[in-house]
Amino acid sequence: MDPINAIVALLNFVVIPATAYGAQLAIGALGVTMIYGILRFSNFAHGDTMAFGAMCTILVTWLFQSWGLHLWVLPTALLALPFGIAATAALLIFTDRAVYRFYRRQKAAPVILVIVSMGVMFVMNGLVRFIIGVEDQNFLDGERFIISARTFKEMTGLDEGLAFKTSQGLTIVTAVVVVAALFWFLNRTRTGKSMRAFSDNEDLALLSGINPEKVVTYTWIIVAGLATIAGVLYGLDKSFKPFTYFQLLLPIFAAAIVGGLGSPIGAIAGGFVIAFSEITVTYAFKKVLGYFAPGGWEPDSLMQLLSTDYKFAVSFAILIIVLLFKPTGLFKGKSV
Amino acid sequence: MTKNAWQDDRGNKDRSITNPKPPSDAEPVRKGGKAVKAEGDSPFLIGDRMTGGYGTGANILNDCTVAVEKGEIAVIVGPNGAGKSTAMKAVFGMLNLKSGSVRLDGEDITALTPQDRVAKGMAFVPQTSNVFVSLTVEENLEMGAFLRKDDIRPTIAQVYELFPILKDKRRQAAGELSGGQRQQVAVGRALMTQPKVLMLDEPTAGVSPIVMDELFDRIIEVARAGITILMVEQNARQALEIADKGYVLVQGANAYTDTGKALLADPEVRRTFLGG
Repeated sequence: MDPINAIVALLNFVVIPATAYGAQLAIGALGVTMIYGILRFSNFAHGDTMAFGAMCTILVTWLFQSWGLHLWVLPTALLALPFGIAATAALLIFTDRAVYRFYRRQKAAPVILVIVSMGVMFVMNGLVRFIIGVEDQNFLDGERFIISARTFKEMTGLDEGLAFKTSQGLTIVTAVVVVAALFWFLNRTRTGKSMRAFSDNEDLALLSGINPEKVVTYTWIIVAGLATIAGVLYGLDKSFKPFTYFQLLLPIFAAAIVGGLGSPIGAIAGGFVIAFSEITVTYAFKKVLGYFAPGGWEPDSLMQLLSTDYKFAVSFAILIIVLLFKPTGLFKGKSV
Repeated sequence: MTKNAWQDDRGNKDRSITNPKPPSDAEPVRKGGKAVKAEGDSPFLIGDRMTGGYGTGANILNDCTVAVEKGEIAVIVGPNGAGKSTAMKAVFGMLNLKSGSVRLDGEDITALTPQDRVAKGMAFVPQTSNVFVSLTVEENLEMGAFLRKDDIRPTIAQVYELFPILKDKRRQAAGELSGGQRQQVAVGRALMTQPKVLMLDEPTAGVSPIVMDELFDRIIEVARAGITILMVEQNARQALEIADKGYVLVQGANAYTDTGKALLADPEVRRTFLGG
């Protein structure tokens, strides 16, 4: 019996990575849920918007790195982030003016917009791969670890190491800041309240003098910010590869739907539910159980429920279970 | 069913990809034209010979005119489907008119967007879904004053004075209130712009008789404060009693126009619309 090592192993391989991944999903899902609430459709291009935002940030990061510009122990990407957000906002507003606005004017059924967003997704996907290529890109610099496994072992004298990466710490801190800022914006500012009002009742918003086009523009700008931040954090934590971002769409949608579409709190909760279940279900518990089992009783198998290749199946399964038993999501979303 | 292929959802009911919130049927004036000085003498607010309908569909309004003088109450009555609500929406710019004009205070405002009309001093309380259900009562009032840049607290205090119950419920979501209280929020929201004209679409629909009398009293109180009122009312008899001017619409056209008292006395109107 060695519960301390077991807990450390669990923290190291499950809790910390899942918290960081959950925060990334939550920020992504917030973007999806905002588009759903205000523009009334699920934006399939969100994953590729994240890829575009991350790509712009990477390009600016490389530029800064070539100038010798650094941010002490933090990744240079943080300096480049505002530029990435600006470029993504410009792209999204351009897409809205060029594509979505036409369908809004036609009062198109939302399902048409879903399909339109799928078209936008392919274009953005192509754009990103055309500019930066399909390969893995690494743009992380600065200090890699807040606590590395070896330092932890030396500090505590335990057998198990606990690594806490800078990117993970950064993700968690950024997520808290972003979520707090977003909630403050939506609940305290005039523009934020007008967005909630528009999402609640379009006609009445119009009657109150709220300009729908302005609300839509603000929404795209905020979504550009959220998508770029999520994309960059994911890229720093793992690596940047356009196709991975396309695949991220599934867990992000799962998170938004599990939490309740249209509900920002739901998106955050959903992100963590999906991340923790994906990682818990695909983690090999052999080591953790080994610490708990009396000597010689360690399990022979890996004690892994599903291979990591199936992690998307976990998102799917949770999505289906939630839709079966609580179709409106954990926090009552718009689908009432 | 719909002529517009974009609006056909191909039977999609999947709420995980599309927001089930009903679409807005308004076709607001988008051009955002300017108000121009109107020629000649006309009432304070007039929707003059309006013709139009939704989208490419048939006309709902046919040469329909509604007008109200400053500080007076005008009431539009008529059978179901007569285009009463559509006439109100047209006056407010929620409908693209094919012909006709809307004039307010000596200006032609036909080309103005609804937002610009709010800025000109018009306020509209729709018949249904007239509050932001997920926003608190106070946020509803704040949204009513969206276009105002000055201090809105005195106006909020005035609204609370007019509807004291709202003050107790100001932190509560408007969706949790009773029908009558919601109507009060709706009227309060419209009053937040300090409008010159208040347009009400069936303010007493679906509320109990006691609440209805109370609402009528409040509306008279608002009118006494100098706000011009244009109102559609299902409850024709009671509404015409307080009306300076009454319009009876039939199939989107004016059937009878007179003072409220005269319409109540008109045997023809009594027989056809007021049930004897």
